[in-house]
Amino acid sequence: MPDRPPAANQAQAGRTAFWLEPGKRAILYQGALLCLLGLLAYYLISNTLTNLERQSIATGWGFLDKEAAFEVGESVIPYSAADTYGRALIVGALNTLKVALIGMAMTLVLGTLIGVARLSTNWLVSKLAAGYIELMQNIPVLLQLFFWYAIFYEALPSPREALHPLRGLFLCNRGVVFAVPQPHPAHKYMLAALFAGVVLVYLLQRWVRARQARSGRGFPLGTVGAGILVGLPALVWLAFGAPRGMNVPELAGFNFQGGVTWSPEFIALLLGLVLYTAAFVAEIVRAGIQAVGKGQQEAALSIGLRRRQVLHLVILPQALRVIIPPLTSQMLNLTKNSSLAVAIGFPDFVSVANTTINQTGQAIEGVALIMLVYLMFSLTTSAFMNWYNRKTRLIER
Amino acid sequence: MQTARSKIVKPPVTRVGVVGWVRANLFDGWLNAFLTVVTLLVLWKLVPPLVQWALIDSVWNTTGNACRETSGACWSVITANLRFILFGFFPPEAQWRPAAAMLILFALLFVSRERSHWRQWLAYAWVFGLIVMAALMRGGVPGLAPVDYDRWGGLPLTLLLSVFGLAGAYPLGVLLALGRQSKMPAVRLISVIYIELIRGVPLISLLFMGSIILPLFLPEGVTLNKILRAQVVIILFTAAYIAEVVRGGLQGMPQGQYEAAASMGLNYYQTMRLVILPQALKIVIPPTVSILISAFKDTSLVVIIALFDLLKTTQTMLHNPEWMGFSREAYLFVALLYFLGCFWMAQFSRRLERELSTEQG
Repeated sequence: MPDRPPAANQAQAGRTAFWLEPGKRAILYQGALLCLLGLLAYYLISNTLTNLERQSIATGWGFLDKEAAFEVGESVIPYSAADTYGRALIVGALNTLKVALIGMAMTLVLGTLIGVARLSTNWLVSKLAAGYIELMQNIPVLLQLFFWYAIFYEALPSPREALHPLRGLFLCNRGVVFAVPQPHPAHKYMLAALFAGVVLVYLLQRWVRARQARSGRGFPLGTVGAGILVGLPALVWLAFGAPRGMNVPELAGFNFQGGVTWSPEFIALLLGLVLYTAAFVAEIVRAGIQAVGKGQQEAALSIGLRRRQVLHLVILPQALRVIIPPLTSQMLNLTKNSSLAVAIGFPDFVSVANTTINQTGQAIEGVALIMLVYLMFSLTTSAFMNWYNRKTRLIER
Repeated sequence: MQTARSKIVKPPVTRVGVVGWVRANLFDGWLNAFLTVVTLLVLWKLVPPLVQWALIDSVWNTTGNACRETSGACWSVITANLRFILFGFFPPEAQWRPAAAMLILFALLFVSRERSHWRQWLAYAWVFGLIVMAALMRGGVPGLAPVDYDRWGGLPLTLLLSVFGLAGAYPLGVLLALGRQSKMPAVRLISVIYIELIRGVPLISLLFMGSIILPLFLPEGVTLNKILRAQVVIILFTAAYIAEVVRGGLQGMPQGQYEAAASMGLNYYQTMRLVILPQALKIVIPPTVSILISAFKDTSLVVIIALFDLLKTTQTMLHNPEWMGFSREAYLFVALLYFLGCFWMAQFSRRLERELSTEQG
């Protein structure tokens, strides 16, 4: 090129073939790719339609309104075999939500404890935590589910000889049975009081922040907040004459009457998911705490902040920024892994959808429903993540 | 000032040696002392009965009925069924073939552990090894009787699904990562949709799709066997995760690398092949090993679509009335196998991370 006169260069530029221009070439490539994908989709869909017709499988969503004619082992809402497939699927989705929510709460607590234990200066505690993390992370969660399920149906005794470690708690091969408070109208109002407490604490926190920014004066938010959250429901409870009736399970014939029973399937699923995910959460918590440099703590102490303030105002805000994003993806993993319930017979959404597919033969709709439900969970989570990342992003220069 | 007469004072006995270590690491303050005592108490309650069950009272080489007499663990369930657990329904007379295939795989993995061996010959060795492994398993070449896919099972199946899964997913994952970084909107959109779709749903729903819906996609008369369908799904699934890891590596490349390559007159393919990918892929080796670990663990999910992997052969064996009720021992054994595999890979990944980070630092 350099040895040609500039005029020739320009003349050549004027005659560039259109496939050598980046903009037009990009359009060409993309058009070709879209055509290819379109052809592939057309090929697959036409094959599918032919196959469906040949095997005379019905299509469409009509099956949702038909009678399901199968029982679901456990349900949050009333359900019988006479209900529709649609309702059965809702029952499954609610079971998934139940496992996921209880599982997340337990995982967060256990994972944080183990993560902090891993950082403990106590050699024994730290090494035990490390061993736990290493062990649990390296065994497939499905195998863990099978193991806990086997413990329930093989190692635990029948209800007649149920283990009885605490008052009102029984362990047997029918599951875990425990006492719950007798239903009482006060509970509804206590729940309302708790909700009001949450709102109150939120407003209080905003006021405290604003005052601190304005005047620098602190406020014992933790103590007062906990007091409000516990105190309001407790006041309501006292106002209703402190109802203390308990629904205690009792052995009647071959099974327990009263109390609440968690089935072996549910417990095994919960235990497996929580113990497995907690190992990952522990690692995240450890990394998050370690990510805050020691200098931060020293600097905060040297400007006269108290230990509590250092934790609340300096360490936690920085550690949480590192911890929350991987933590949400672990919570999402827990939700996705709850689909393994199908392997041990807990009626979660995948399990119910699977039964529906087997009965109606409408595999495409069934699998599409499964994917849709989980995608909804994922998209909601990533929307939250994006919002959080934007909110806590480091603002540099 | 140090004089000849001043003698070296030893540190107090409570600061050094065993006592000092115990004080500093176990009884450093009230909280730690309390934690140590509680932990020791819990261990004292748990460990002796476990040892009693697993080792002292256990039986190792008996029939299932003899097992029911003892109060300890029945490891006989493993020793008596080891062949079936490891190889499933593979014809017993040809059992040396999967065993040899696994040995080749272990040898390859072992050689690949050293980074100084990462030369071209190793790549050829892997390609050659994988072909030999496939031939050993499938048969059909002179001297080896063909073995139907239905009879594949046990540990070889688990290993094949994960190794071929990663091998197949890697190129696809790199392509998807490049697509996601592309300047062409259609390419980027398609890559993003694929990656987010796959990562948003559980593997089990994709396996269902592979086992029930994939046959509907194929034209009449064309069938894929169950193992191959699961393998395709595992590849498609793993590729999305690889893509995200590789994207991390691509984003870690400084802009100057692209600019330098462009200023040398390299086009897109040359830039990627010669400049960007060699560096980016090197950064992401440790997270890629983590993906291999997940893929290895995730292959256990094929149990749900009734493929006879390691976990399924174990469960099938446990349905035998003689061995019913010894699930705990059997699952512990399988867990040990998985643990050894994953732990080995995790250690490898950590060592690699250390080596790579010291090189860059």
